Amino acid sequence: MNAKVDNATDTVTIEVDGVEIQARKGAMLIEATDNADIHVPRFCYHRKLSIAANCRMCLVDVEKAPKPLPACATPVADGMKVRTRSERALKAQKGVMEFLLINHPLDCPICDQGGECELQDLAMGYGRGVSRFSERKRVVRDENLGPLIATEMTRCIHCTRCVRFLDEVAGQPELGGMGRGEHMTISTYVERGVSSEMSGNIIDLCPVGALTSKPFRFSARAWEMLSHPAVSPHDCTGSNLQIHHLNGRVKRVVPREQEEINECWIADRDRFSYQGLYSGDRLTAPMVKRDGEWHEVDWETALGEAAECLRNTVREHGPDALGALISPSATVEEMYLLGRLVRGLGSRNIDARIRTGDFSDQIARPPFPASGLPLADIDRLDTVLVFGGNPRNDHPIINHRLRKATLNGARIHFVDPCSHDINYPVAGQYPTHPDDMVALLAAVAESLLEGDDAGFPDGLRELIGETPAGGLAGKLAAALAESDNPAILLGPMVEAHPRGAVLRSIAQIIARKARARVAILTDGANTAGAWLAGAVPHREAGGGAVDRPGLDARAMMEQPLRAYLLHALEPEQDCWDAAAARAALEQADSVVVMTTFLGEGMQRYADVLLPVGGFGETSGSFVSVEGRWQSFPGVAPPQGQGRPAWKVLRVLGNLLEVDGFDYHASDEITDEVRGLCGELQVQTEQPWQVPEYLRTQGQGLVRAGTAGIYAGDPLVRRAEALQATPLAREPDVIIGPGLARELELQDGSVAEVRQGDVAARAVVGIREGVAEGVVWMPSGSAAAAGLGPLIGPVTLTRA
Amino acid sequence: MSSAVNEFIRSFFLVELLKGLRLTGRNLFKRKVTIQYPEEKAPQSPRFRGLHALRRYPNGEERCIACKLCEAVCPALAITIESEPREDGQRRTTRYDIDLFKCIYCGFCEESCPVDSIVETRIHEYHMEARGENIITKQALLAIGDKYEQQLARDRAMDAPYR
Repeated sequence: MNAKVDNATDTVTIEVDGVEIQARKGAMLIEATDNADIHVPRFCYHRKLSIAANCRMCLVDVEKAPKPLPACATPVADGMKVRTRSERALKAQKGVMEFLLINHPLDCPICDQGGECELQDLAMGYGRGVSRFSERKRVVRDENLGPLIATEMTRCIHCTRCVRFLDEVAGQPELGGMGRGEHMTISTYVERGVSSEMSGNIIDLCPVGALTSKPFRFSARAWEMLSHPAVSPHDCTGSNLQIHHLNGRVKRVVPREQEEINECWIADRDRFSYQGLYSGDRLTAPMVKRDGEWHEVDWETALGEAAECLRNTVREHGPDALGALISPSATVEEMYLLGRLVRGLGSRNIDARIRTGDFSDQIARPPFPASGLPLADIDRLDTVLVFGGNPRNDHPIINHRLRKATLNGARIHFVDPCSHDINYPVAGQYPTHPDDMVALLAAVAESLLEGDDAGFPDGLRELIGETPAGGLAGKLAAALAESDNPAILLGPMVEAHPRGAVLRSIAQIIARKARARVAILTDGANTAGAWLAGAVPHREAGGGAVDRPGLDARAMMEQPLRAYLLHALEPEQDCWDAAAARAALEQADSVVVMTTFLGEGMQRYADVLLPVGGFGETSGSFVSVEGRWQSFPGVAPPQGQGRPAWKVLRVLGNLLEVDGFDYHASDEITDEVRGLCGELQVQTEQPWQVPEYLRTQGQGLVRAGTAGIYAGDPLVRRAEALQATPLAREPDVIIGPGLARELELQDGSVAEVRQGDVAARAVVGIREGVAEGVVWMPSGSAAAAGLGPLIGPVTLTRA
Repeated sequence: MSSAVNEFIRSFFLVELLKGLRLTGRNLFKRKVTIQYPEEKAPQSPRFRGLHALRRYPNGEERCIACKLCEAVCPALAITIESEPREDGQRRTTRYDIDLFKCIYCGFCEESCPVDSIVETRIHEYHMEARGENIITKQALLAIGDKYEQQLARDRAMDAPYR
């Protein structure tokens, strides 16, 4: 696109208000004037949406045109002379404004958009002082668009930005314009509300107060809030956000434009999760457990006790009896300090990869799990294999870009244990049993390596066995081989897979052979940061290898330790094997938990609870999957006596007499880590490792599932409005119709799910497209709390 | 010489004293302007800007719609408002505090109010006895409004032709 603009033959020269400007050939007039900072009023035009030209506010005076023309729908032509402020243009614009205000209520003081309303702003410039309209205004019934978006449809001016957004960007045409003229209304087609995972963007798009944020409703005015930058705390894309806050409370979150990541959109998860900060179970004071009773204490006592717990464990059982787990959405600073603290005490057990199933390739992996293709390049891919993940749930921004690629003609193939509701036409969804995923990927590699015996890695052929997928592997291999610009996206299911190492290395072989780029999409906002900051047992800060790696997240739970230090996670919902995590924590002598929320489980097993700040309450940095460092300030003080976690860790470090914990600001820590890391190299290659064991076809049903869209971390699980959306209220367990018949289960009935010794009751949903023998059960739901591995044997019976 | 005589006569016959007494005498029988405060009060303009009040509609519904214009316009930052949807979905304040120590009685709040809710009454004699009493809450403001509603409505009606 840019190259075209630079080319002189592809630009035209037009004159706007007496100023000569260059414009891209074929561009609309409004694009040219916007680039030249000449303001033309508009409501329906949005540069990311198609042109509707229905508000008529952008009428401008074009020489030789008999009537004023809409700037948003008039292509530029060489030598065109345009006047945006001439008498004729202004008269037209004022006329349009008068018509718009005929039916728009004039009660700005009670409207939530008041103060940031495009209509209000333009009415100041183009409206008449007094209305000439004395007839009755029309009234339109409000729509129910679900728990996120409040509507006042009487205010609607029918710009259709929301309709176009849902249709063109979100891919879910759930709103439409009904009727004509005065009877036109914007409404849902079938009273179903709006269920897109990006629906919140229509709040920003709406130029008037017809669509506003429900959780934010009436709680503050645009002019009184302060605005500070933030970064998405939920996924590894690092979407840029802006937090609006007032009196120390986060009031709302809006997108910050970043063309290379999130453009001007954000996912609902990023927009509404802040609500979780004010949930009823915030931990507001440090607490210690004495004789089985919880007591609120001051910070000094709590920190003293926490230090004592850790010191005693190290003294009595040796340093290796201590383990630390940190959320993959914690900041780089917190990860770095926790890593230094644990290592300072002599232990080597620290990990942030709480949902990872296979660590056997950790030494061979690149410095940090990264995307070998910049997110902005996803739009231009032509063949994509999304292996083990549902981007719509896991990374809505990546899904949006995949959708754009599809609209440009890309063919996208999905391999996951369960097929998903994808909001664009896909080349194919291939539900594959987790045990068969390795064989399938190996078969794809084999097809690509056909006739290249020298390049054939040891052990690959044995992995394939009798591929049940049949021709699928050949089809995928052909699709990748024939493509000019292919990519393989390895989703969180690969990370969670108990044989993820094999999957990752086969993906590398395929990528090399098909000249495809590989993106490893992790869960959490900062898994990359964890690898760089030393919050993994086998790398120290900066990415250098450790001589003797400590226990990884899974091993720490499967080989119980004497003491645990947890930060910002709820192991019974977030860990790969929640049952093992719960058992390990309950048998431990002491558990110190740094947490924003008082989870149910931690009241049972913890000994010291330290309240720390959550999203927006602490300064820090995230490293995105592209290797982008993004730092952000803390904008609101943590609730109650809570403190930013890096300060808590600093004091703990001092109390435990670990050297070098004398930081005054979090920037000092950031600089230190960045200094250690140097310039980040995005790498995805990893050498082929001969798999330690071959195919294991287990007997019986297998549970599979990654975190649900609104269940991935403690914050979003507490965001009330998000939890009330249809996306969050999916059944706990999804099975195929064949299995349902076998088990005599109906859609919506309750079943007992058992993994090992743990059982839970769960609501069952029946869908087509679940691989045979798979029980799809995402983690993070109340039903899945405390159950066994994310991918592992399960039994299902009628309850 | 003559000036000394004049001086003597003037001081001997107490001319200046009598001159002064003449003024006293004249005013002794004039209409009195002094009022016996607090038994008597000076007249007030209907635009008098005294203690604040929040008004209601005749049906008892509070007028304030939490638009926060008064809070925004207040030059002394004396007004603090918190708002949320009421049970029936209407935009209403949950908190409306005025700090009387900060208030400079400029009347901007009254002028900015689109629904004539916040007004300044004619009350100017009030005091605080304890720390914190300088902040009047929504309930207190509404109570003042209820008590003086007739007077407030009359004053607003009188001023209406000039607004």
